[in-house]
Amino acid sequence: MFRNQYDNDISTWSPQGRLHQIEYALEAVKQGSASVGLRSNTHVVLLALKRSSGELASHQQKLFRIDNHMGIAIAGLVSDARVLSNFMRTECMKSKMMYDRPMPGSRLVSLIGDKAQVNTQNYGRRPYGVGLLVASYDDETGPHLYECLPNANCLEYYAVSIGAKSQSAKTYLEKFAKDYGETDVDALIMHGLHALRETLQQDKELNLKNCSIGVVGKGQDWDVIEGDRLKAYLEQLETGAATTETGAAATTAGDLPQGEAMDTE
Amino acid sequence: MDHFPTNWGNPRAENVDSYNTYPVASHIGTVPHSVQQIAGYGHTNGHPTSHTQSPVVTGTSVLGLKFKGGVIMAADNLASYGSLARFRDVERLHQVADFTVLGASGDMSDYQYVKNLIDSQMIKEYNADDGHTLATPNIYEYLWRVMYNRRSKMNPLWNTFVLGGVHKGERFLGAIDLKGTPYQAASIATGFGSHLAQPILRKELETLGGEDQISEEQAVKIMKKCMMVLFYRDARSMNKFQLAKITEEGVTISEPMSVETEWGFAENIRGYGA
Amino acid sequence: MAEHPFQHPSIPSEPTPQIHQTPPTQQLYSREMFSTYPGQVVADYPVSVPIEHRFDPYVDNGGTLLSIAGEDFCVVAADTRQSEGYSINARYVPKSVKLSDKTVISMGGCYADCLTLTKRIQQSMEWYRHAHGKTMSTAAVAQMLSIMLYQKRFFPFYSWCILGGLDEEGKGAVYTYDPVGSYERESCRCAGSASSLIQPFLDNQINFKNQESQRQQLSLDQVVRITKDSFTSATERDIYTGDYLEIFVITKDGVEVQKMDLKKD
Repeated sequence: MFRNQYDNDISTWSPQGRLHQIEYALEAVKQGSASVGLRSNTHVVLLALKRSSGELASHQQKLFRIDNHMGIAIAGLVSDARVLSNFMRTECMKSKMMYDRPMPGSRLVSLIGDKAQVNTQNYGRRPYGVGLLVASYDDETGPHLYECLPNANCLEYYAVSIGAKSQSAKTYLEKFAKDYGETDVDALIMHGLHALRETLQQDKELNLKNCSIGVVGKGQDWDVIEGDRLKAYLEQLETGAATTETGAAATTAGDLPQGEAMDTE
Repeated sequence: MDHFPTNWGNPRAENVDSYNTYPVASHIGTVPHSVQQIAGYGHTNGHPTSHTQSPVVTGTSVLGLKFKGGVIMAADNLASYGSLARFRDVERLHQVADFTVLGASGDMSDYQYVKNLIDSQMIKEYNADDGHTLATPNIYEYLWRVMYNRRSKMNPLWNTFVLGGVHKGERFLGAIDLKGTPYQAASIATGFGSHLAQPILRKELETLGGEDQISEEQAVKIMKKCMMVLFYRDARSMNKFQLAKITEEGVTISEPMSVETEWGFAENIRGYGA
Repeated sequence: MAEHPFQHPSIPSEPTPQIHQTPPTQQLYSREMFSTYPGQVVADYPVSVPIEHRFDPYVDNGGTLLSIAGEDFCVVAADTRQSEGYSINARYVPKSVKLSDKTVISMGGCYADCLTLTKRIQQSMEWYRHAHGKTMSTAAVAQMLSIMLYQKRFFPFYSWCILGGLDEEGKGAVYTYDPVGSYERESCRCAGSASSLIQPFLDNQINFKNQESQRQQLSLDQVVRITKDSFTSATERDIYTGDYLEIFVITKDGVEVQKMDLKKD
């Protein structure tokens, strides 16, 4: 449905000034299940919806620990994400080895940007098929949340989501954006779960198996909350559902408007 | 006539200089290094082709002491060429960051190289402009890795460095030698200073009640006393030195100064005169 | 050939290159063309000569370490003096590092090597955690350390290592190493500069050598007392041992550190 004569390789422009292959890579991110991230003044929370191919199959890992002070959530090709997380882990260890300092999140994110950009300009290469949400904390500059996409755009956010139906989550996140700053971790997680729930398919529910939460922040090393530890949060989600339902207006997952693939600033 | 003191008809025939006070010239004399390598001269004469095996232009002791609210460091302004007092206005204390000072003893060219390495790192940090910079412990770790890696390549940087600083309200004073040995202490003295000044520094720390009890004025006084003792007894020292002070306010490196000395006949001093 | 007046007497007039590749058969130029003084030999083909180094990269920084395994605990202790020859560099330089809630490593020898090795162990343990989502067991660290030491068989880490901790059954475990990775599990071991003073004492007091009738299961309290006595005694006679004693006690509740003064002379 997208086919046209300017999308055979990464390094050919269309007459409209677009690079189709890169836009396709962005579509790969949208194929993945959603990941949501949001930030308070002290903490960052990442939430992800885990898919499984069937009743007898395990669920796909969506959150990765990078270091004590950093974790990522992904949407898209998991194999690409594993390559990138491996790179990130290596860089973090280099920083520890060379300077005895945790890798600053902003620096690592720009390194990923540099890596991803090469794949958007060189003939015969393929952009990464994965979007990352990077949560990091350091004592100097506090908590940070970044989004890294295959088009090599890396941006910082207060709250963001990627993956299938992520627009619905974004709509929720934007609605309560002013609350996140002073919020405690548990409330931040609840906001995240509400946003994540917006990305579910019609007949699906969040449960202990298909959901995982990652937290990092002040005095809090990266921690992934999964399985039974989710119980309290999911129960609260169910009981408090009615009150917040009204806030999160149901919107259809809108495709990105044309031209957003490459930031042309 | 060349510029190697060992070839000047020096009375001592030194093949080995175990104190590394004296640059020993290549005994092949005029054969350039590159030719030695190609023709294997070194081996035919029983001398190996070598990396830096001894320092050339050297600085002597560097001192460091923690006091209440900061760290003080001292080094004289002399760079010796063997026994020749070659350069008399060399600064061996260098501010590498807002709250960090690097002091160097040993080979001065290696010191300049390391200074350049660290300055480059700091510029990189500054250019990132993201609220992060290398604090004293980070610079110390980096310096340690550099020194250790060079010794592991059997091509050491011939120095003992002292790094002093303040970070997050904590004073930092550490040393690293050419074999990559790191250590931190309330008082540090390199080279001859480890024999002559360190006992004085440790004594003062003990009698005054530790690094938290020493005032800035006292610290300055102690440093000057140590520099005086070193000038009296270390033949490679000079009565012109600088003090560096690192506190929460930042770094101040003083202008060169000197201490009063007495070189008269020691007639009335017990153990010397009658 | 007549002796040239400027020739250095110790240089043979035509030294033969010791190691070289076969010279090309056709000579377009003579070797003498490249000489800068009479009698100098310049090779006009690539040669390689062995590089000999006389720099000694090692230094013995002294210090003594000790570990004793109990039924459900392990004690790892080391003094904190760092020496270089007859000089004391610093009085408090810890030789032991907690690797996990169940494992402590202690090293003596060349401090730069020890610290580097410790960092490498910590990095490997981090990769293990990334890969398997759990902390390495004491036995796994023990095996790994042996391999890491042996990997540098021909430029060894000059480090005497003792690894102490709890095994998978919760029993005390002590692993001891030589600098090139030979290792075994023991009930107790002392290494470093005062090892020859302390080890015989441990043989008698821990392993009940020559007093078989006295054999008993030692309590943590007894073991700590024997440890302290060992170090106070060693400090009397070994100039490289002294200043402070740091004792790590590993039990099922984690790692607890005690400090004790030793003589500073």
